[in-house]
Amino acid sequence: MRIVLLCACLLLAPVIAAAQPQPPKDFVAVDETLPGEQIPALPLIAGAYGFIWVVLLGYVWSIGRRLRTVEAELAELEARRRPPVGGAAGGR
Amino acid sequence: MAPWIIDAAPNEATMGLVYKIYFFHMPSAWMFLVAALAAGVASMRFLFFKKATADGWALAAAELTVLFGAFTLVTGPLWARKAWGVWWQWDPRLTSSLVLFLMYVAYLLLRRYGGPGSDKLAAGMAIFSMFNVIFVYVSVNYWRTIHPPTSVVPTLPVEMGIPLWYCVIAFTLLFIVLLKMRARLEHQRARVEALYLAEES
Repeated sequence: MRIVLLCACLLLAPVIAAAQPQPPKDFVAVDETLPGEQIPALPLIAGAYGFIWVVLLGYVWSIGRRLRTVEAELAELEARRRPPVGGAAGGR
Repeated sequence: MAPWIIDAAPNEATMGLVYKIYFFHMPSAWMFLVAALAAGVASMRFLFFKKATADGWALAAAELTVLFGAFTLVTGPLWARKAWGVWWQWDPRLTSSLVLFLMYVAYLLLRRYGGPGSDKLAAGMAIFSMFNVIFVYVSVNYWRTIHPPTSVVPTLPVEMGIPLWYCVIAFTLLFIVLLKMRARLEHQRARVEALYLAEES
């Protein structure tokens, strides 16, 4: 009896599967898009360009600030190492 | 001038207006890869040819890799949100780009907090990371990915190609200027350090 039931299930399985509704094979075009599904492009573009400009200006400012600090330190060190002008003559 | 040229470019048929992010995204991505290569080459010169100034160039290029990498990894998802419907996909191009970016973040952290000898260790890391550039570039052509392939650039219509190449030239010049500025900072720092050492001795 079990074997008969198993055979019946195996034979009927493809028939049952074929009877199921099939999903569409191609995309179906619609004229309208639901308002909730629309993603506005402008804020994304503004975000992308804005991010680049803000970070870039911040980076340039940061390099300029660091460069000024280092160059001031360098000038001070070089001035310290340089012998004073007329220092030897003044000492005599 | 760039905003007018980009504004004059036509919209793309399927992506519409949002594809205009491409004019900044693609040059940023190129400079990201160029900076990573420059950091690797300079690190090779520093490590194998003992060129002391090359270390400054490597550090400058590594910082620019992180800068342009951030531009690429921020503008890409903003574009993807509209074009693909998702912010991020773990596909080969995006994932390898993120890995490359993180490698150079690690390089900078190592240089900042690694202490004495970190320059040589970081140079080795930059050389290792440089080879990921090849993987990032070819990933879209060898693996199935939703990211546009490299063949998109040469096949662009003229009215889209002109703003793109204008932006590529602008970003290349920007990269050169920033690299020189940043390397100058490192070279001046090296001079300050040498003067302090001379004073102590």
